[in-house]
Amino acid sequence: MSDEDHDIILSELNDEDLVAQMFDDLYDGMKEEIEEGVNILIARGWPPYRVLTEALVGGMTIVGHDFRDGILFVPEVLLAANAMKGGMFILKPLLIATGAPRVGKMVIGTVKGDIHDIGKNLVGMMMEGAGFEVVDLGINNAVDAYIDALLAEDADILGMSALLTTTMPYMKVVIDTMIEKGIRDDYIVMVGGAPLNEEFGKAIGADAYCRDAAVAVETAKTLIARKHNQGAAHA
Amino acid sequence: MTNALSTLLETRDWLMADGATGTNLFNMGLMSGDAPEMWNVEETAKITALYKGAADAGSDIFLTNSFGANASRLKLHGAQGRVHELNKAAAELGREVADASGRTVVVAGSVGPTGEIMSPMGTLTHARAVEMFHEQAEGLKAGGADVLWVETISAAEEFRAAAEAFALADMPWCGTMSFDTAGRTMMGLTSAEMVKTVTKIANQPIAFGANCGVGASDLLRTVLGFAAAGPTAPIIAKGNAGIPKYHDGHIHYDGTPELMADYAVLARDCGATIIGGCCGTTPEHLRAMRDALETRPKGPRPTLDAITEVLGGFSSASDGTDGAGPVAAPRRGRRRRP
Repeated sequence: MSDEDHDIILSELNDEDLVAQMFDDLYDGMKEEIEEGVNILIARGWPPYRVLTEALVGGMTIVGHDFRDGILFVPEVLLAANAMKGGMFILKPLLIATGAPRVGKMVIGTVKGDIHDIGKNLVGMMMEGAGFEVVDLGINNAVDAYIDALLAEDADILGMSALLTTTMPYMKVVIDTMIEKGIRDDYIVMVGGAPLNEEFGKAIGADAYCRDAAVAVETAKTLIARKHNQGAAHA
Repeated sequence: MTNALSTLLETRDWLMADGATGTNLFNMGLMSGDAPEMWNVEETAKITALYKGAADAGSDIFLTNSFGANASRLKLHGAQGRVHELNKAAAELGREVADASGRTVVVAGSVGPTGEIMSPMGTLTHARAVEMFHEQAEGLKAGGADVLWVETISAAEEFRAAAEAFALADMPWCGTMSFDTAGRTMMGLTSAEMVKTVTKIANQPIAFGANCGVGASDLLRTVLGFAAAGPTAPIIAKGNAGIPKYHDGHIHYDGTPELMADYAVLARDCGATIIGGCCGTTPEHLRAMRDALETRPKGPRPTLDAITEVLGGFSSASDGTDGAGPVAAPRRGRRRRP
């Protein structure tokens, strides 16, 4: 049958094949198919947290790796993230109702004077795809906006983005203010954006410079794990 | 159409463009987060000094301080109603400097990206993008710009929208994209694909090319990619002076004038006709570049190895034009790709 590939009926696949198909569908940015897949897995009795980690996070990890490696670019990742959001929309209330484990919470925003939010949005989406809670402050954020949100949201991570050489130094203003207020070490600070690099991140006192959204996710996981380990050691 | 840039291109084998705008304005006291375009009316002496710095260093072309002067970006500063005024002022100051230089210096009206993603991926419609670019173009035209110059673009759709807007303003133009992601633009466009995009545009640019991106090496690999794709218009190379480092609240690019001189000569060998710098490129760099372009002979097209030997390594192994790039993960399901 020549049309076999097109005629896959998701509900007829066993769990393993369905998750494999959802990985491909996420990769191809097929939102309706992802929503259908999530609903099927829930109906089969999968806990919401398992659907999130094994189907969505698993699929987005592949998207992230191919983005990091220069195989996928922004348009494809936006489509994939949009499909993932469709699945997340179904899962979110279920995750809250079932008290699923908390990975971490990130406050993210583009710095003052900068309206570029493409990279920042990608990081937010990929972080959600990895199971983090994300509070997106949008563009043009002054230092107070960041700090107020960190405190109000009880966040773990601050993410700052800038696309212009004229705006990237503002990141240091934010970090310096956090130091003044004595709250710098309460948060993991990650920075990113086209004109930045690792050395710049170090020079302004960030915990990490992340070259792209995939690296941001990996870095956030590593730093959160380290923070938890330190917390355990001090306890 | 007769314009100062086309006339210069007819009589010269190469032209030198200018260096940085943003990073040079920082050196004059611009604060991070402020809109550089406000200085076109509030700090006119500094903008004149910026332009004069490039012209006195031997630039045949300089770009106006209007990169972010579109309605979308100016909105941040509550100045979305001042697009015409700020662009006109940017070009007027440039016109004065160019006319006082005693030679032909081209005033190129800088037009940066809107900062938004165009539909269907994003929310910016083609019509709105054209409208914003057109508004900016008319301001630059009214101020006396010789040509318009759209730069740091990453999406083919946005490049086409700018071309359409410039036709509405009846202005000759140039356009460059930023190749900063694994040798491609952020949207995944390769150098060869940009040549295809440019070739198909009804309102043809006078010249096209690359600006900003990662470092000088990457930019020249992109220029080689343009040249190999058989372009019909002259190529522009405007690379950064190295990579940014942070010192005492200021950004400093680590490329020396000597390095940028080597870059300029190599850019010409790679096939570029209009050669300048981008972020971090000061008048001192430009003087070294001009001197090198005038005194060193044109050489054969360099290999990628020859470029890395002089300017350092590339940011990625492939730029997507050699068929040797990374390969996608194997598919797991059974559905055919849509």
